Amino acid sequence: MIINSRFFNRSELIGFVALAALLFVILPLSLDVFRLNLVAKYLTYAFVGIGLVLCWGYGGILSLGQGVFFGLGGYCMAMFLKLEASSVENTKIQSTPGIPDFMDWNQITSLPLFWQPFHSLTLTILAIILVPGLFALIIGTAMFKRRVGGTYFAIITQAVAAILTILIVGQQGYTGGINGMTDLRTLKGWDIRPDHAKVMLYFFEVFLLFGCILLAQFIRLTKLGRILVAMREQEDRVRFSGYSVANFKIFAFCMAAIFAAIGGAMFALNVGFMSPSFVGIVPSIEMVIYTAVGGRMSIFGAVWGSLLVNVAKTGLSESFPQLWLFGLGGLFIAVVLAFPNGLSGIWADYVQPRIDRLLTWRKPKPAKAWTDGSVADGAPAE
Amino acid sequence: MSDEIKRGLQSPLRRKLLMGAAALPAMALLPRLAFGAGPPTAAVNTTGLAVTDTEVTVGILHSATGTMAISETGSIQAEKLAIEQINAMGGVLSRKIKIIQEDGASDWPTFAEKAKKLLVNDKVASIMGCWTSASRKAVLPVMEQYNGMLYYPTFYEGLEQSKNVIYTGQEATQQILAGIDWITKEKNAKSFYFIGSDYIWPRTSNKIARKHIENFLKLKVVGEEYFPLGHTQFNSVINKLKLTKPDVIFTDVVGGSNVAFYKQLKAAGIDLSKQTLLTISVTEDEIDGIGGENIAGAYACMKYFQSLKNENNEKFVAAFKKMWGDKTVIGDVTQAAYLGPWLWKATVEKAGSFDVDKVAAASPGIEFKGAPEGYVRIHENHHLWSKTRVGKAKLDGQFDMVFETADLIQPDPFPKGYQ
Repeated sequence: MIINSRFFNRSELIGFVALAALLFVILPLSLDVFRLNLVAKYLTYAFVGIGLVLCWGYGGILSLGQGVFFGLGGYCMAMFLKLEASSVENTKIQSTPGIPDFMDWNQITSLPLFWQPFHSLTLTILAIILVPGLFALIIGTAMFKRRVGGTYFAIITQAVAAILTILIVGQQGYTGGINGMTDLRTLKGWDIRPDHAKVMLYFFEVFLLFGCILLAQFIRLTKLGRILVAMREQEDRVRFSGYSVANFKIFAFCMAAIFAAIGGAMFALNVGFMSPSFVGIVPSIEMVIYTAVGGRMSIFGAVWGSLLVNVAKTGLSESFPQLWLFGLGGLFIAVVLAFPNGLSGIWADYVQPRIDRLLTWRKPKPAKAWTDGSVADGAPAE
Repeated sequence: MSDEIKRGLQSPLRRKLLMGAAALPAMALLPRLAFGAGPPTAAVNTTGLAVTDTEVTVGILHSATGTMAISETGSIQAEKLAIEQINAMGGVLSRKIKIIQEDGASDWPTFAEKAKKLLVNDKVASIMGCWTSASRKAVLPVMEQYNGMLYYPTFYEGLEQSKNVIYTGQEATQQILAGIDWITKEKNAKSFYFIGSDYIWPRTSNKIARKHIENFLKLKVVGEEYFPLGHTQFNSVINKLKLTKPDVIFTDVVGGSNVAFYKQLKAAGIDLSKQTLLTISVTEDEIDGIGGENIAGAYACMKYFQSLKNENNEKFVAAFKKMWGDKTVIGDVTQAAYLGPWLWKATVEKAGSFDVDKVAAASPGIEFKGAPEGYVRIHENHHLWSKTRVGKAKLDGQFDMVFETADLIQPDPFPKGYQ
């Protein structure tokens, strides 16, 4: 247990430092504000990815409805921003000034009750965590207590994603419908649209992201994390050992939901926009794909996956407006067929051994400690 | 369904081949035009747009992929045609128009992202683009923040007006009211049934139609139903139609749902030669998917039909088919998209500048006499004066125009008494 007692093992430490260097130094220095803002948008999916690593990679619970939680977090944030943008002064031309524009278009004449808490930033932040968290708790309890799992659970999460989309689209007077909530302007009077605000938001988001990475890593290393893995491999054994499997699953699912919600809230802030097109089945599956491409067993892989897939998406669509979807599809098929463990699998199989060999060749002594470590890691050595 | 699939499979490929085949000899044969003989760049571009002595860059921002691609492809084609024709005439202020095309991918935030890219990175002088209201709503804050100029082609719900947008389609009152008046008189209608897709445009259009029918014509609306975008099961509402027997079915169902709706209507035995149906969402483009035999007899309320008989339109249709193939059809929005580059050119030349502020200020009063729909003019509120026309769908997918308003109708995006 030498390795596990440390917070990061060596390769994880390299990953952590590389990612920090990239996000904190290299990208801000090399990109203009427009591209940096795009990176901020891509990184919002990395939050979802980290949650999926915990819940799918470690816990073995495949959720195809993470868009629901991304959307709930995003909508909570967007509702706050929209209310602030809909001051009486800004909405003079409406029949009822002081309410969001889409309510006015739908003949709603007063602010609905469930919108009231979103006047307060504190309550909004609480809602971003609690609303998706509680929702996941309800779904999780209903499913896992009845031992619904695997494919059935994945299908049900998809259904939930579809239901929420229909609800949002159908109740357009209260939610903005298919158009979503657009034209978000200020956060507590601070304009989120100009360039310097975008840079601030980017750094804030990267800090939050690293907070989530550390939290996820912490969960992974505790006994809880190991129970998750055990549960994925042999659910019955864990149950017969006296653990309540359902509770652990619910916990993993709720954590994934909260991470996704934080991503959604950051999305609304960075993009100035929230719409049902991030809630439904297709975006939910896309989020799973980002994680799969990055490698579902790796927290850093999830971040890289979200970044690289989205960079490819933007790059291909700018260069080949009519053909890019085929290119992207081909990329996914290639990755999944050739590298089932995603980018982090490529790293672990091809790059990491070379680095190790290089280091061993230079410094023979620490290599011994490393060997000891790996034996200790792989359960009984004898 | 099979028509749709066939169309989806063959048309992009064919278009690609055609484009490639057409572009090569054309480039070699074109005479060198005297681009660069215009006023100096420093005088016509004071805000750092992508304008050189010989070139000016504009953006085209539509969905080339995704569910909206079928509808938006026509707009892309019309805009490219207009730009090619303008370049052949010597460009704008003696500068050749260069196009940067971006794909909105039927995804609203992507539209916002790409609009921002066009304005911030490419510094385009104007953008021809957007189709759905949702994409426009997503792009609008970007246009206003970075001071861009958008030419938006689709008929839409109104309730919007921006310095940074020219609306070349009709707003709801321009499209609907005259059509309802005509059909009421023509068919001696007393009752209406509304069926629409569930989003802002059908809801607002129906709200305006309902106020007009109930408050001004003193008639009845006996039903109003909405279905999610992409919905394909209309049996329940068709049963209700059979029970209520409205004099007029008024529809604003959009996109692929149309195919299912009209086929099921026909299968249920509702014969559109006996039952009056007025739609504000079916153009020649949609009939291509629905099939003429499924919708023949229905009335559509638009400002343009491909079959319009005037000199401008005959030239336009011929040029469009020459560039994009004989089988292409031209709907209302495609024609409105064609107006965008022409109106922009006229405005820039009147303003004597590419600067967005000057173009926005010079826009009211700009006329375009060569419009396929006939004469058009930009109103103070950045919408177009336009006629309302009613056409009757034929088996071959075209419309017979049966009514047009005598005068141009003033655009009124915030109609009093209809909100």
